[in-house]
Amino acid sequence: MVTISRAIADQIVAHAREGLPDEACGIVAGRDGTATRFHPAVNGDPSPFRYSIESRDLLRIVTAIDDAEEDVLAIYHSHTMSPAFPSRTDVDLAFWPDAAYLIVSLASDPPDLKTFTIVDGRIARRELVIS
Amino acid sequence: MPIKLRMPPILRPQIGGAREVEASGATLQDVLDDVFARFPGVRSHIIDDAGAINRFVNVYVQNEDVRLGDGLSTAVPDGGTVIVLPAMAGGAA
Repeated sequence: MVTISRAIADQIVAHAREGLPDEACGIVAGRDGTATRFHPAVNGDPSPFRYSIESRDLLRIVTAIDDAEEDVLAIYHSHTMSPAFPSRTDVDLAFWPDAAYLIVSLASDPPDLKTFTIVDGRIARRELVIS
Repeated sequence: MPIKLRMPPILRPQIGGAREVEASGATLQDVLDDVFARFPGVRSHIIDDAGAINRFVNVYVQNEDVRLGDGLSTAVPDGGTVIVLPAMAGGAA
């Protein structure tokens, strides 16, 4: 289970909208499955269909999370026109088995947020609680 | 002083669960070869078939992305730090 405050969920949605027409991405830090901090990142591969957290941002954010003794709770990105479900690309490029992959779909109104774990090419739904 | 190589969670099982390993070498290539000699399973995650750094892995020496510098030839100072981070990437298509 992944628990995210309403404030952080709203920040993720706002970041996704700011990124349009491209996908937006970032990291949610947490402890014991509960989000503690929202880290928006630069999309180093800006496109309506792709994201890649820019390499200096990746190091900066992961180091900050390590220094705070928090975990990479979720890696988020937006799907601008498709549902909140991992694409083939999302699965092929999932190298963080301990993190949840949070997808925010702007294809619906209100936007749809869902979390998954992706390990060895297999997608598993992970319950997302927004409280 | 040994060089510290910090591993991402996905590679920690390959090095006995530790967050980092100590290594030696003057360049990134030397440091990685030293680590691969002891932990052969790590190699294919970091280096591709052509001998280059895997496209979806970021390697930093002294907090600088080596892709923006000298790649595998990047000099690693005594007591320096190498960090390996897989990409966080994907997308709708």
